[in-house]
Amino acid sequence: MSVSVEPTSVEPSRSHSAPANAKEAEALRPHAENAFAAELAALAAHDDRPRPPRWKLSPWAVATYLLGGTLPDGTVITPKYVGPRRIVEVAVTTLATDRALLLLGVPGTAKTWVSEHLAAAVSGDSTLLVQGTAGTPEEAIRYGWNYAQLLAYGPSRDALVPSPVMRAMTRGMTARVEELTRIPADVQDTLITILSEKTLPIPELGEEVQAVRGFNLIATANDRDRGVNDLSSALRRRFNTVVLPLPESPEAEVDIVARRVDQLGRSLDLPAVPDGTDEIRRVVTVFRELRDGITTDGRTKLKSPSGTLSTAEAISVVTGGLALAAHFGDGVLRAGDVAAGILGAVVRDPAADRVVWQEYLETVVRERDGWKDFYRACREVSG
Amino acid sequence: MGDEVDGVTGVEPAGGRWPGAGPLLLGVRHHGPGSARAVRAALQAAQPRAVLIEGPPEADALIPLAADEDMRPPVALLAHAVDEPGHSAFWPLAEFSPEWVAIRWALERDVPARFIDLPATHTLAWDKERPDGDGCAGEGTAQRPSEGRPPEADVRVDPLAALAGAAGYDDPERWWEDVVEHRGAGEGDVFAPFLALEEAMGALREAYGSGGGHDRDLVREAYMRLQVRSARREFGDAVAVVCGAWHVPALRRKEAVTADRALMKGLPKVKADMTWVPWTHRRLSRASGYGAGIESPGWYAHLFGVPDRPVERWLTRVAGLLREEDRIVSSAHVIEAVRLAGTLAAMRGRPLPGLSETTDAVRAVMCDGSDVPLELVRDRLVVGDVLGEVPRTAPAVPLQRDLTRIQRRLRLKPEAPERELELDLREETDAGRSRLLHRLRLLGIGWGEPAASRGSTGTFRETWRLRWEPDLSVRVAEAGVWGTTVLAAATAKVEADAVAAQALAEVTELAERCLLSGLPDALPVVMRVLADRAALDADVGHLAQALPALVRSLRYGDVRGTDTGALAGVAAGLAERIFVGLPPACAALDADAAEEMRRHVDAVHGAVALLGDTPAAVHDGLRTRWHGVLRVLSGRDTVPGVLRGRAARLLLDDGEVEQEQAARLMGLALSPGTPPADAAAWIEGFVGGGGGMLLVHDERLLGLVDTWLTGVPGEAFTDVLPLLRRTFSAYEPGVRRTLGELVRRGPGRGGGGAGRTGAGMPGFAADLDQERADAVLPVVRLLLGPAGPGPSPAPGPGPGKQGGDELVGVAG
Repeated sequence: MSVSVEPTSVEPSRSHSAPANAKEAEALRPHAENAFAAELAALAAHDDRPRPPRWKLSPWAVATYLLGGTLPDGTVITPKYVGPRRIVEVAVTTLATDRALLLLGVPGTAKTWVSEHLAAAVSGDSTLLVQGTAGTPEEAIRYGWNYAQLLAYGPSRDALVPSPVMRAMTRGMTARVEELTRIPADVQDTLITILSEKTLPIPELGEEVQAVRGFNLIATANDRDRGVNDLSSALRRRFNTVVLPLPESPEAEVDIVARRVDQLGRSLDLPAVPDGTDEIRRVVTVFRELRDGITTDGRTKLKSPSGTLSTAEAISVVTGGLALAAHFGDGVLRAGDVAAGILGAVVRDPAADRVVWQEYLETVVRERDGWKDFYRACREVSG
Repeated sequence: MGDEVDGVTGVEPAGGRWPGAGPLLLGVRHHGPGSARAVRAALQAAQPRAVLIEGPPEADALIPLAADEDMRPPVALLAHAVDEPGHSAFWPLAEFSPEWVAIRWALERDVPARFIDLPATHTLAWDKERPDGDGCAGEGTAQRPSEGRPPEADVRVDPLAALAGAAGYDDPERWWEDVVEHRGAGEGDVFAPFLALEEAMGALREAYGSGGGHDRDLVREAYMRLQVRSARREFGDAVAVVCGAWHVPALRRKEAVTADRALMKGLPKVKADMTWVPWTHRRLSRASGYGAGIESPGWYAHLFGVPDRPVERWLTRVAGLLREEDRIVSSAHVIEAVRLAGTLAAMRGRPLPGLSETTDAVRAVMCDGSDVPLELVRDRLVVGDVLGEVPRTAPAVPLQRDLTRIQRRLRLKPEAPERELELDLREETDAGRSRLLHRLRLLGIGWGEPAASRGSTGTFRETWRLRWEPDLSVRVAEAGVWGTTVLAAATAKVEADAVAAQALAEVTELAERCLLSGLPDALPVVMRVLADRAALDADVGHLAQALPALVRSLRYGDVRGTDTGALAGVAAGLAERIFVGLPPACAALDADAAEEMRRHVDAVHGAVALLGDTPAAVHDGLRTRWHGVLRVLSGRDTVPGVLRGRAARLLLDDGEVEQEQAARLMGLALSPGTPPADAAAWIEGFVGGGGGMLLVHDERLLGLVDTWLTGVPGEAFTDVLPLLRRTFSAYEPGVRRTLGELVRRGPGRGGGGAGRTGAGMPGFAADLDQERADAVLPVVRLLLGPAGPGPSPAPGPGPGKQGGDELVGVAG
């Protein structure tokens, strides 16, 4: 196998990724195992540590793939996940044992991204995916039937349409379930047998599918809107849980928001607005302080509102503010443009959150240097 | 073990495995459980005739106490300057400290044990030379080599960090744990690790220079060398030395006795005294005060205490704790956690799962990835709640000494018979006595109980009932945990109490007592806790209860000349939160809740009035905003009548609402559309509690009440009657009589009154009764001083009102 370090080369991936075809080079969003094929190949070439059965890489190499590093031959592995090393280590170790992995976090904390890259690095295939929705049926997790076959020849393995999870079991690969808590509870529970017995019975045929060594499952879930379909304790017990945290430093968060806002602004064809970094910083500061329940100087504790105040929401507040500034304002992002958006994001529960917000305004914002305009703008929209 | 004495050379009586020549030098990490195990194994194997330990030699006499059955680690050796108990140093010892293990080993076998470090006499004097003069943090921590994490400016290196760095570890603690602590005891040669460590330290000292410690280390090492030498004269080479690993190469080196002696010349000295004091795991941990600098005493104690399978046993304990706290944790969880911890350790290339691996496993398997239950595990198990005990025979703690000194200075003898003590806080001695008694009370030493003052009620007077019970001495000894002086102990106690306090009111009370006791150093912590609690407390009632106490403290602070700037700031913040939370909290209340809220509103009003005079509050316009809140309350329909009435009344009293407007509000509240019960409640709020004079003087208001009352339908009247009775029966008899007379005269004249009040003072006739006004002037002049006879007060409403207000202010 010739390994080219040129990023455009997708050669290596074709050899072990079955559905790859010529179109993939033009895909709007290539799969992780294709986009980073060169890195995966380089890691595999240098990986001399023991690999669990059917793993493409050793756990150590998987962690390096996610966290980044430099290989002995100078190949640079780009970091896929910027965050605590501990999290990646626990996640990879969990997959190496036979426990399933549950990634929790508020929206915008790269759960899906991490799960995709983990699957790509461990099994070389991140496509065995079940997207959880309120309408996800049992068939999506177990198996369905090809009814033409079924009617013509009766029940047989040929008439069976395996789900991604079933395929992962037979091939000893990593399956992924996105948004596990959005799946109805009874459908969720079909996972219990799969995760504890590692088998999938097919009563219609009087058979069962046994998971091959190397099979495991990564699920993601949003931990703020738990109420949707909370996991049963029986299912929860089958998972090791890893919570992906929000960006640790304000700088990192400002950076993420600014970058995403820029991308969104371009794709929405918003008129260009001069640098609004100060206002973005302010939005991020407000969000962080209310989320963490403490001011950035660590001096004052605060009540937290009921909303999630995730980075994703900060991005939408700033984008909305930009649109306001561009279309109705003087083209400069000002406090007034983001104030209404912030109010909407913070005050989700009209009674309790309003008190939280007003306390924050009166005890923190009012006295902060250089925030007079923001205070006034917020007072105006808060009424 | 149990090797027979072969008497090979005569000077080497111990087992045949005495390693090398010269004394057995056992370099340790202070408070390292692995070191402790290794020391025990080495002592057992070598059977030395004497054990020398790094520590202050003044404590030699105290060593036998370690074998006392009432002695339970963690304990600390405490050295303090005799004439200045606040000046002290601690050597904490836990069960898993190598030094403690060595002491116990020696005592069990009747082998002499001695401390060989530089005497505390000198080290205390050194600390004293430091400009900040705070000796507490000094010696106890400095004795541990790895603890010398240098502040950037300091050149002193951390030897373990350097070694760990060389081994590719970023965390020196973890490196030490992997290499030394997690090594199972009893495998291979028990002396090998010590020799290897000595070699490593030797190399380090070469690389960084022996001064990599600092000058004081050189003196201490010289002293230790001298002590080891004299011990060898006495016992031969069969001497074991337990000291910080960093010192081992220095003790091994041959130095001229004279050179070592020369270093001892001219060392400063103070008279020092030593004793054992109980210690806690919490204090051993890095987070608190003068800790020994270990983050996980509980984990270390576990590692040291368990016979085998440390990880499995630890995770079982964690599961037990979580179960007690009603989390569902099954054995299956424990199994999975053990597996995850083991795999994690393998992945990280560690020989055994350490604390970080087990913690990660607990988080992922037992806590659903959440840090909240994990914090509980950290607090209860990793640090732990262990409290040491010291036998009663231990010498008196310095706190008692300090107390005696203060008692002598303040001429306040501890006497058994009860007596009463009147204090005038304006006098220096009395103020000092008051502070002492308050501080002792904080420490749970109930020598004096405050009693109600006879006669004067001024804030500068205090009355105490004094009685010294014999068991108070025991209390003093117990309070010795908190510090070495009354001041320091009280400060530490208040801080700890504040952090542990459950209710907001407890914290405000502590703040008050802080001021009474003159503990300015504790105040910031208490204020911090108070601000945090206030920020998170969602119940306006709690906040409203806390505010008056706080404002009261402000006034005490004024009397005693304490700086209350921080207090005023916190109080203003508290008021601010009340302003925001009050209007929503006043909606939809039943009668009892409304009545309670009315009391809160009154309390806050009084507090804001007092607080409004502080510079910070004036600057912030605190009073203006409070009036805004009252206005909102008085005008909002969802607020119960009693609160609306009260708000209107308070605004009227402050002159924020004109008489007409008040009448309009009352008219609205009493209009026929309002349910009679609600209207009666409004009246109660408005004129209740001493509001009778208002009705007497403003006949228009009386007229409104009268009109409303006569309009109440018969069936509703019985509902309203109790409320009204409650309102009016609270008035003084004179007021009641006047009101009755006014009502008897009939409401017709009330209407006339309303017409006339337009120009004059509310409640007064428009025309001046010249004769009666003149009669008052001489008295007013007398009160206002002789300066102003010139421009006689012009008869008219303006100045008259002003003067009236001022007089009220003076009288209050």
